Amino acid sequence: MSASPHGGPPQRPQTTLRQRLAALRGPAAPPHPLDARALAALAANPGCRRRALLDGAGIDKAALATALGAPSGYGQSQFAFMRGHAFEAKVKKDGGLELLRLLGVADPSGARVPDLAAPGPEGRTARTALALREATAAGEWTLLDHPLLALEVAGSPVFLEPDAVVVGPDGRWTVVEIKSFPMIDGSADAAKVGAAARQAAVYVLALERTAALTEGAEVAHSVLLVCPRDFSNQPTASVVDVRKQLSVTRRQLARTTRVEEIAAALPEGVTFDLAACSPDRLAEAVEAVPHAYAPECLSSCELAFHCRSRAREADAVEALGRSVRGELGGLTTVGAVLAAARGEAGDPADPAVAALRRAAALRAESLAAASGRTAGGGGMPLAEPTDGTGAQEADPTDGTGAPDTDPTDGTGVPGARQSGDGPPGASAPGRAAGPAAGPGEQPSVGAPRPEGKAGAECL
Amino acid sequence: MSLIGTLARLEAVESGHAQPLATVRHRHLSDRPLVLVPLTTAGEAGAPLGALVGTDPERPRLLAVPQPRDRELRFGFLAELADAVLPYLEGYVSEVEPAEQSATDPETGKKVKVEVELCADAPQLIVPSRAGAEYVRLLGRSMRFRRTAEQDPETPFPAPPRVPLLGRWLTHYGERGRVPGSALLLTATELLGRHWATGQSSLEDQHLGALLAWVDAPAGETGAAAALRAELDRDDEGQLRCPPAGPATDPAFDNKLLAPAVERYDRARQLLAEAADGEAADRLLGELHGAEEAVRRLLLSQLRPTWDAVWRTVGLLRELAPGARVAERWTRDRWSFTGHRDRVAAGEPPQPRRDDAVTAARKLAARESAQAQLEAQEALDDPLVMAGRRLAGEAFAAQVVEVTMAWTESKRPSPRPLLTVRTDDTPHLAERVKVFRSLDGKPQSAEFVRYEEDGSAVLRLLDRMGRAREPAEGSVPEKGDLITWTLFEHEQRTGAGLPEPEDTPWTHGGPPRTDPESPDPVTPEDLL
Repeated sequence: MSASPHGGPPQRPQTTLRQRLAALRGPAAPPHPLDARALAALAANPGCRRRALLDGAGIDKAALATALGAPSGYGQSQFAFMRGHAFEAKVKKDGGLELLRLLGVADPSGARVPDLAAPGPEGRTARTALALREATAAGEWTLLDHPLLALEVAGSPVFLEPDAVVVGPDGRWTVVEIKSFPMIDGSADAAKVGAAARQAAVYVLALERTAALTEGAEVAHSVLLVCPRDFSNQPTASVVDVRKQLSVTRRQLARTTRVEEIAAALPEGVTFDLAACSPDRLAEAVEAVPHAYAPECLSSCELAFHCRSRAREADAVEALGRSVRGELGGLTTVGAVLAAARGEAGDPADPAVAALRRAAALRAESLAAASGRTAGGGGMPLAEPTDGTGAQEADPTDGTGAPDTDPTDGTGVPGARQSGDGPPGASAPGRAAGPAAGPGEQPSVGAPRPEGKAGAECL
Repeated sequence: MSLIGTLARLEAVESGHAQPLATVRHRHLSDRPLVLVPLTTAGEAGAPLGALVGTDPERPRLLAVPQPRDRELRFGFLAELADAVLPYLEGYVSEVEPAEQSATDPETGKKVKVEVELCADAPQLIVPSRAGAEYVRLLGRSMRFRRTAEQDPETPFPAPPRVPLLGRWLTHYGERGRVPGSALLLTATELLGRHWATGQSSLEDQHLGALLAWVDAPAGETGAAAALRAELDRDDEGQLRCPPAGPATDPAFDNKLLAPAVERYDRARQLLAEAADGEAADRLLGELHGAEEAVRRLLLSQLRPTWDAVWRTVGLLRELAPGARVAERWTRDRWSFTGHRDRVAAGEPPQPRRDDAVTAARKLAARESAQAQLEAQEALDDPLVMAGRRLAGEAFAAQVVEVTMAWTESKRPSPRPLLTVRTDDTPHLAERVKVFRSLDGKPQSAEFVRYEEDGSAVLRLLDRMGRAREPAEGSVPEKGDLITWTLFEHEQRTGAGLPEPEDTPWTHGGPPRTDPESPDPVTPEDLL
């Protein structure tokens, strides 16, 4: 039953992993074909076990997301779709004359364009491999229009269809990627070129498997990107070096063998069978595989909205971006960070906690000073939210120590000095910048940890 | 983002509402900005679909292209856009004030002051998002090389008059929009993002509807919930209730609503062309107008929410008091506007497709110094921004605990008082590191001398104390003063000069070509 009637190659030897993945997918569901775009996206977030497993098992993530009540909202405008097709057809018309000319072929009309039609994906890949071998042996310019390549990912074959592959007389194979975004004055949108390069790198990788078995063949590590020129429909081309994308993709795809481990770690009975499971069971099943949500997922993964809501429910700081995580040390939840910043929790010796307290103190001080300036001394309301009762708790711990020895820990110390009976001069330095401070003791109103009551008295 | 900014985001997550990132407004806002909300056709470059444009929030002007792939209709749109934008821009060119500018005397080669005109105010363009600003550039690029029938009677598809001129202006605005701190071309998302931190990632902040929901949530709802609604909520027909701010449209809108409407328009036009007699033509003309009106209504439904959101943004920003140095940056924008006005008036050709080496180097240098200047000025204007610099060790607030007079050892001793200051901040001070404070809006510098045993720092004041032996009144801080010192300079020094473009060395491509660039070739392919 795991030998799927659709798409999957029945003659391939069955592995236990494939059986396991097919069981995860559900007996009735055909594997959702992976394309180069999906592979490139997988490589962009290699730490995401959820995506690795769902993609590896060929589960339709868009349908899964809809079933979970968090539809992806992906879609392509038919205007873009039509334009893309019209442009590709134009580039390839007349046996690819225009395409070969862009590649710098002196006499494009003499190029061979073999017929690659064959029944079924296996037939087409075999036909493509044969055509590649023949073209390499013939030593003539050959254009392969929509060849089909196979790449083994996580134990199952993925069929990839580049726009075109050109074989040169020297046996070099070049991937051609035709895109409909414009190249204006010789440059195109960097983000779109990057995406195209990542996608092309997957094709190069797939071609390399075939080239290894073909005598005299070599796959070019730069691809030909064909785009409309300026505002017209005329094609223009640029050679894009994809070596970097290639090594990244190669490394990430090698890591997807982990799919076996991820699947093995699943509890018994977990299945993603869309036809048979209730949304609740599906949600449970999805929860069983950890995700690595980052906001970047929103543009590349169908399940992103679901993972985002889970990340937000879990109070995870990653929901605000990967970079946010970097400066927060070991603190992983919003609550923990804010508690640490307010002195309610966390080890003051931890540099991340110390920096947070300092930041919170400076922020509260500045906001209080500013609102004092605009509202005429009404400094406290803004500072209040960050001014929990925890400040009192923190004061003894920080304040009983040597107040002057730890200038980095700004949170507790000034408050302790202020609320204590220390000399007033000692409490003032560093508080309230500029003219906003107001006269006399006013700056201390804005001091970040004046224990609430001190501030109330001043007001 | 600095830790203080991150903290603000986390507080926003907790409270469900955006938190302030600034205590003053850091961008100039015109009293009468021109808001432009463009829409583009998916998959086509420079094929506008429609736009709302105008200076009155209540009365936007709707421009629409019922068949975006038709060149004639596109030209019609651009002509209308020129009609809507150019009078606004030209309303600012004639009101000028005298100003001085240094120039090189062509005969003596000496620097001299010349009296020039500076426009008293400049027009301001506001678009919804970064993508919208890029689209302004793209529109500018697509128009400025077009030829009108007047310029070139031979041109096969002449552009309507004034379209190339609009292209030059939009190009200028698009370029200027890349200068940090400039305000000729503003985007609503960047305005909001500069002044408020939301509880979502900066990536999600690109969605104007969601960003605005965080900052200005409807009563009784948290910003978080409103943002989620703005992002995802769809009606029964699967259409987003808060359409994207453009210029790209939602694919569901394209496929379900727009495509059938465009098709209806195409069919009506074809039938009209084939109409046999006058009576049928009249009827079909009615149908054509109906089809066009349907497209316009659809586009308005996508544009209006964004239009309102941009004006709401403007309203929110106006509630903030402007920073003290915002006006100075706006003066630079006025210079930029005046400069382009003069180039247009002098009949100079449109901006080239690619900058020559000297122009490119100048632009980069100008943007770098604008960036440094913006960072310094925002910190000086805003204690909250300064707090970020203090946290980073680039500034410190300190109280003066002692002032010791000292003088230089020269024939005419100048005052060099020593200040002992105490701070809780942790500035990166080392011997002879210069620090600056703002004295009556001008920077006064001091250098770090040493740390005392009790942790206080000793600074030596260096300038702005007058020429006499005794420092001028008020130029030396007094004991007890609270002063914020910065380790960064307040004003930017300009870098080494660059040669004139005509003197570009051969290593950098030699002098730029002087002949005006040829227009983009027009081919039948242009009609997509």
